[in-house]
Formats: sequence, C-alpha cells, structure tokens
Amino acid sequence: MDEFVNLKETELRLGLPGTDNVCEAKERVSCCNNNNKRVLSTDTEKEIESSSRKTETSPPRKAQIVGWPPVRSYRKNNIQSKKNESEHEGQGIYVKVSMDGAPYLRKIDLSCYKGYSELLKALEVMFKFSVGEYFERDGYKGSDFVPTYEDKDGDWMLIGDVPWEMFICTCKRLRIMKGSEAKGLGCGV
Amino acid sequence: MNYFPDEVIEHVFDFVVSHRDRNSISLVCKSWHKIERLSRKEVFIGNCYAINPERLIGRFPCLKSLTLKGKPHFADFNLVPHEWGGFVLPWIEALARSRVGLEELRLKRMVVTDESLELLSRSFANFKSLVLVSCEGFTTDGLASIAANCRQLRELDLQENEIDDHRGQWLNCFPDSCTTLISLNFACLKGETNVAALERLVARSPNLKSLKLNRAVPLDALARLMSCAPQLVDLGVGSYENEPDPESFAKLMTAIEKCMSLRSLSGFLEVAPLCLPAFYPICQNLISLNLSYAAEIQGNHLIKLIQLCKRLQRLWILDSIGDKGLAVVAATCKELQELRVFPSDVHGEEDNNAAVTEVGLVAISAGCPKLHSILYFCKQMTNAALIAVAKNCPNFIRFRLCILEPHKPDHITSQSLDEGFGAIVQACKGLRRLSVSGLLTDQVFLYIGMYAEQLEMLSIAFAGDTDKGMLYVLNGCKKMRKLEIRDSPFGNAALLADVGRYETMRSLWMSSCEVTLGGCKRLAQNSPRLNVEIINENENNRMEQNEEDEREKVDKLYLYRTVVGTRKDAPPYVRIL
Repeated sequence: MDEFVNLKETELRLGLPGTDNVCEAKERVSCCNNNNKRVLSTDTEKEIESSSRKTETSPPRKAQIVGWPPVRSYRKNNIQSKKNESEHEGQGIYVKVSMDGAPYLRKIDLSCYKGYSELLKALEVMFKFSVGEYFERDGYKGSDFVPTYEDKDGDWMLIGDVPWEMFICTCKRLRIMKGSEAKGLGCGV
Repeated sequence: MNYFPDEVIEHVFDFVVSHRDRNSISLVCKSWHKIERLSRKEVFIGNCYAINPERLIGRFPCLKSLTLKGKPHFADFNLVPHEWGGFVLPWIEALARSRVGLEELRLKRMVVTDESLELLSRSFANFKSLVLVSCEGFTTDGLASIAANCRQLRELDLQENEIDDHRGQWLNCFPDSCTTLISLNFACLKGETNVAALERLVARSPNLKSLKLNRAVPLDALARLMSCAPQLVDLGVGSYENEPDPESFAKLMTAIEKCMSLRSLSGFLEVAPLCLPAFYPICQNLISLNLSYAAEIQGNHLIKLIQLCKRLQRLWILDSIGDKGLAVVAATCKELQELRVFPSDVHGEEDNNAAVTEVGLVAISAGCPKLHSILYFCKQMTNAALIAVAKNCPNFIRFRLCILEPHKPDHITSQSLDEGFGAIVQACKGLRRLSVSGLLTDQVFLYIGMYAEQLEMLSIAFAGDTDKGMLYVLNGCKKMRKLEIRDSPFGNAALLADVGRYETMRSLWMSSCEVTLGGCKRLAQNSPRLNVEIINENENNRMEQNEEDEREKVDKLYLYRTVVGTRKDAPPYVRIL
C-alpha cells in the first residue's frame, strides 16, 4: 500500500492543483515541509471530516500551526478555560459549589472525601450552615438547607441517594438550596 | 484663494471630520495647511512608527484626541513576539512635556505600562476618555491611577487586553466626586471585583450609558446594578451562571424590564441557559448582540433568544449556532449589517457536527439584504455557495472567510475556490477588506487585481502558486494599504517588482514565504522612507554578517513607510535593514 502511494507521488502530472486528490495531498505535504520550523505535529492522526470523505486518500495529519486559525489569543484563552473547567480527568475532581444567597461560588475537590458524611461536614464548615439529617425516604430533615447536585443529564438530584462512587462520577456541580424551593424537594409527598 | 478670513475657513473646516478628508484639504495650499493643522482636534496614526511624537505635536499642537496603533495585525495570532515594540510611554511623555491638552487616547495593539498610565493620569487635567484594545503590559494598579486622578473621566473602555489583575481595589479609587462616567468596560479583567464599590460608582453616575462587567460580577449584583442604571444603552453581562433562587430571578427580570434604552448586549461569559429568558422582554429593542464568548449556551437556546431580536444590526456569535441557527437569523434579522461567526472549537479537538457550513452562509446572504460586513469561520465551502452569496449581497465592504483547514478545496467538486472568491470581488464593487482561505491558486489573485478596485486590506494565508499571484495584487489594487501574507510561495521577484509601491501603503507583512535575506536587503537599499524589519526569533543569533547566507529565507518580514527612519526601540532579534 505504501509503495502504491510513493509511485503516485513521483508521477508527473499536468493537472492544476486541486483537480486531483493526490495532487492536493502532495501540496499539503510539501507546504508543511517548507515550514517544519513552525508546524508542531500532534502524536495522533485525526480524521478531519467524518462521513462523506473519499476513502482513496489517507486523511491528512491534523497538525497545530502557529497562529492558525486566525483567532485572537485573548479569545482562544477565554474559550479554552471553559473546557478545562468541565474536565474531570487528571488530578482531583473539582466541582463548583453554590449556595442560594451567597455572593460567590466555591470549588471543592470531591476526590478528597471518602463519603457523604465527610463531604457534608466540609460543606457545612465552608458555608456555615447545617444540613439536617438524611432519611432515605424523606430526604433531609431539620434544616432549611438541602444539598443537591446537578448530574450529567442536567437534573438536580438530592445528595446521598446513590452510592458514593456513582455520585462522584456523575456529579457536575453542587448547589445548596434553601427556602421554599428546598422544602418542596425535601419533604416526602 | 482666500476671500474669507481665516476664522471663517476654520469654521468651515470644523464640518470636515474624517481624518482622510482633513488630510486632503491640508494639501490644497499653504494657507489651508496652516489653518487645518492648527484647528485639528483628532489625529489618527495607523502605525506608531510612521511618525514620532515630536513631529506630531509640532504639526498639530492643538490636538485633543489621539489614536495610535502599534503591532501589525498578525500579532493578534501570536506571530509577533511580545517585545517587538509599540510602546506608548514615549508618546505620553512627549505629549505631557509639550502640555498638549489631551482629552482622549485610543490605543490598539500597543504596550502600555502602569508607569504610562500613571503619567497619563497626572499630566492632562481634562483627560476624558481612554480606550485600550488588544493592549498588554499593565495591571490593575495602572487602572487605579486613572480612576484616582482623572477627574473628568467619561470613558474607560478595555477591550480584550491582557491585564495582570492584582485583585486590588481599583474600583474604590474612583473618588466620590466622580460622577461623570458615561462608559465603563472592564470585561477582560480576570480577577475578583469589589462589587460594592462598583454599585456605589454606578449609583453616582447618572450619565452612564455603557457598562460591561467581568466574570466576577454575579447575577444578583447585576440586578441591583441594572436597577440603579435603567438608562443603560449598552450592557455586558458578567457571570450569569448560578441557578438563581426565584426571588433573585424575579428581581432581575424587573430590573431588565425597566431598561427600555438597552440596545446592545454582550458578555454572558458564564451562563446558565435558563437565565436567558430574563432578557426576552428587551430583545425587540436590541441592535447589537455579542454572544461570542458564551461557550456554554447551546444552539437551541441561542435560537430562542435571536428569534425575538428583529431589529438586530450586529451579531457576533459562535459556530455552535449551526446552519439551522443561521437560517433563523436569516429569517428574523432583516436589518442585519454585520455578522461574525467564531469557531467554538479553536484547537480542532472535537468533531463538531453542529458547526456552520456554506449552507448557513448562503442562507444569511439570501435573508439579510443589508449585510455589508462578515467574518465567518467554517469547516467547508463551495464555489457555488460563494457565487450565490456574491449574487445575493453585492454590498459587502468587508468579507472575511476563514476555512479552518488550510488548502481545503471546494468540498463537493474538489476544485480550488478561485471562482468563488472571484465572484465575490467582481460583484462587490465597494469591497475594502478581504480575507481569503481554502485552496487557492494564482488565478484568484488575478481576479482580485482585476476587480477589487477599492480594496484596502488583504489577508492571504496558504494560498497561491507563484510570484505572479502577489504581482497581480500589487499591480491591480491601487488602493491597497495593508497587505499581509503568510505561508504562501511568493518570493523576491514579487517583492522587488515595484519597490516604490510600498510608500503608497501603510505596511506589508510576509511570513513563511519565499523571500530571502538578499531580496530584503536589495529592497531596503534604495528605500530610505521604508523600514524593512526582519524578525527571526528562532535564530541562534548570527553575529558575523559576512557569513550570513543571502539565500536564506526570511522567517518574518514586516515593512512599512515612515518619515522618521529606523526606530531605536527594537529588540535584538528584530533586524532593521
């Protein structure tokens, strides 16, 4: 297969660039060679288009070119930080914690805690409230505050229902609800 | 020539506002030159190295407003090293020394230090307006000086600057007596904001029309701020993330409903989409909407919002809106004049099927007859689409198309996109700015040279086959002012064909092309009014000049016309021939 590709490359052609897939691939390669000071190639080859590509030509290497696409670095940095915040891999599982009425959010590392009691205690200290007692059927009783979390589906769930390991995998962020909204959730009906 | 006394002529000149027109009238005769220069209030300098502060002040001693641009455009994309130049301090020092009554300073791509800001704040008693775009080198300490010392401050507008946020109390530095603010934009600050100080400032600024907040200003603070300032015309929303409790949300809705003057909305740096509906009541009044930083709002939420914005003239958005979303824009925003679609996936990491294609572009062109300005990032394009766009919208002034993958051909015919861009330049007789991309041969430049008679700025990347391409452009586009080229096979023959041409232009940038050191030297030899700069940061500095190889290709070439010769502030890796 490799030999076949090489033969094509040495073949003399009179066509204009772009009229033939092979010529196109050759142009791309030669341009990259001219500028190998600048092209930082990634380790993995990725396919650019998914479905409707012709399969005769191998997908071009997706190299990162300096200053391309032409997006201001300020903009690049601001969009990128959004993605980084939602990553759960690597060191720690940092999620945002909000409390109704508090002026700003906090962040905690879920991987620091071994279970719900440790987590809830930490939240109580951080936001200076108390969470009441958890009942499997009725939720949290004895407090105006109810700890909830947003799961991967975007639903707001009561903290404590599912096993801890499942919780830390599906939890995207925490929210300590209070007031009438919390009561609606906390009371068993 | 002069049948009128000078004061009368000066009064007539007062009505001539555009700097180009004023430049023209100053060329008519000596007398007009003198009257014009002594009455000139606003000066625009497109390249801070084309002139120096002393000569500027000598010619326009009464100037009140100065606009300066520093680094070349490609500096936005990390192609120019940070210490290249564009320092504003010498300008401020000179203006201060000469006691110019400076009231307004607008800087783009310049290096601004805290020292400069401090000096600025202390030197001009009537200073009113500071606008910094894509600048760097300063911290919130510099902002504190401006806040504290500029008693007449009306405008502090910080757009997309890299500011070191010391998390200080710069907002507290506005004295209680400061009530003159009209415009305050600190969206690009990354640190925490003293919300209480901000609220007090807004409460005592009855003329405040434009307020753009940063990330750290949360939802309930926003509600309070808007209640204090229902006269706002332009609002940049900060952090909008929290699922608010119903009370806060209700307060926000009440506050928004009172802002009947609101015409421009931006920000949404962190968003919970469920909060967007709070803005529905004022959407019908909006003429400008910038959601290009709102990475977390999905297409369908965007669509619901945009469907209400029937008067929109300007829309900046991410490509997550998709072709479907653009069809909604086309159906709704019949007044649209400017559209920018930015890539949400800048590093090409995701196989984003929701991104926009040629279909969205054609839909917009068909639905929005007043469209004259577009910036469009997409993954694929066709000649047929561009031809349709040209037919639908012959009024383009700015047309910037960026196909994310270099050299990408028409994805249906696999041909180059020469014909598509050719159709654009042929139909759009008023085109002043053009950026091309995708697979392009010399042919597209032949078309550009032939038809783009009004073209002033052209950006070329990964395009063309031979020197002929660049020559077509230089020979044809008589009004060209800024030409920037990267990664294209243009060499010495094109560069040297008409050296005198470059004095009619502001600047030329060529990087990763075929020009050699020898070619640049020859260019510089007979051109005293051009600065020819060679930027070679990767070089292990070759000190021995006799050893250097003139056939060596030049990494980055930046040349520009100037009346003040070689600049003295260039770093060691910039060589000025």
